[in-house]
Amino acid sequence: MNSMTEGFLKAFSLICNLNQELLDIILLSLKVSGIALIISSIIGVPAGAIIGLKKFSGRGFIITLLNTFMGLPPVVVGLFVYLLLSRSGPLGFMGLLYTPSAMVAAQTILALPIVASLCHSAIVAVDPIIGQAAITLGATPYQKAVAIIREARYGILSSIIAGFGRAMAEVGAILIVGGNIAGYTRVMTTTIALETDKGNFELALALGVILLIISLLINIALHLIQRKGMAETIR
Amino acid sequence: MKKTVLIILLFLGALCLPGVITAAEKEIICASTTSTENSGLFGYILPIFEKKTGIKVKVVARGTGAAIEMGRRGDADVALVHAKEQELEAVDEGFFVNRHEVMYNDFLIIGPADDPARIKGLKSASKAFQKIATAGIPFVSRGDNSGTHTKELTIWKKAGIETKGQKWYLEVGQGMEKTQRIAVEKRAYTLTDRGTWLATKAKDNVEMRIVLEDDPILFNQYGVMAVNPEKHKHVKYREAMEFVNWLISKEGQQAIGSFKDKNGNQLFIPNAK
Repeated sequence: MNSMTEGFLKAFSLICNLNQELLDIILLSLKVSGIALIISSIIGVPAGAIIGLKKFSGRGFIITLLNTFMGLPPVVVGLFVYLLLSRSGPLGFMGLLYTPSAMVAAQTILALPIVASLCHSAIVAVDPIIGQAAITLGATPYQKAVAIIREARYGILSSIIAGFGRAMAEVGAILIVGGNIAGYTRVMTTTIALETDKGNFELALALGVILLIISLLINIALHLIQRKGMAETIR
Repeated sequence: MKKTVLIILLFLGALCLPGVITAAEKEIICASTTSTENSGLFGYILPIFEKKTGIKVKVVARGTGAAIEMGRRGDADVALVHAKEQELEAVDEGFFVNRHEVMYNDFLIIGPADDPARIKGLKSASKAFQKIATAGIPFVSRGDNSGTHTKELTIWKKAGIETKGQKWYLEVGQGMEKTQRIAVEKRAYTLTDRGTWLATKAKDNVEMRIVLEDDPILFNQYGVMAVNPEKHKHVKYREAMEFVNWLISKEGQQAIGSFKDKNGNQLFIPNAK
């Protein structure tokens, strides 16, 4: 118990005196997960919207597939991306293994199903009355879709935040494809894993606390946006 | 609302732009082991090498088996590992060239302070392993095809003991430090390299002791070798050889010899020929 409180104290003093190395690690984490999130959102949100709005054959299967992929084990994704990008693999000529780009690829694969699936749920959850009302008011199918997406926007935002959480918290896949190279592909989670191995629990704890703070800030931002949205709706 | 989302996305995008596109001119990937990376050796010698040659060495720390595999697949330019037989095999297969011995230290058998298998006083590692097996005291094995694991298997073989399926034999598949940590929690014996042991011991004040050392079988030789450019055209052979040659040069050997851990222990003894 004592070592834990001690660890937390040291963690907070480390946070107060952020050094350059630690700062670089945090920034790289945000960059890698940020890009992964942008790519997953650009693909995942429209995909989720189409699945939610259109009725086509095979739709049920795609939804099941997406839900399954939401639970993809990160190490399996890591292995898959590793084999793909390895010099002896099909995409080896690109020389991407052990680079931040490889980490982005792995995190995108992990975040995409979450964004798409939750986005789909958000759109399906919109009260059917909205769509009916839009048609009664003479909306084209496109305008109807826009009305439904507008209504689901906070759910869509939540889906993006959830995707970001998945990407940021991930360690197994990026450890394999990034190689945890100091100053190059070492991010917060892989540093935590490494420092835990090395017995530097304070540093590991400090990074854990920072990771928590970042996720807290993101969630506060989300909450504010949602509250603002609620106020708009009431008005 | 749309604006807010747009602003968030733009902000994230701006964050990403620099950083990901950072291509230093001369850099190589060195596949190595947890013992060299976690002990801080690379952190000490690489800046010296980089300053001299301008070559940045990016270290991916895996077990020896995985590190050699990285070279086989062409995912590294050079390997610094410690399992001579595996190394020579990979050289024979033509995946590596120019293998040189670089430095050594030794392995230790560590165990609970009260030494339940009564190993202290023995001289032979294989005898010690026999006693652990007979007493059925837990033994934590790296189980990851690393240099340490390879050495451990050699000793079991010499002891004539089949560990497969034994209840007391725990294969954890983790790096050295974590393996030690598991051994502490399980009150078990394990085989470790001296560098990692000194590093953890200092930090933890753990309830573990060295129970056996100085058996010649526990000698731990590190070797360096470059990935064969004939197998993988893209490898940076010239830079890799610059690194190899520096490691075995007088200057590189001196750097290795002068590396000390936090407590002033020398962890690796240079012995390039």
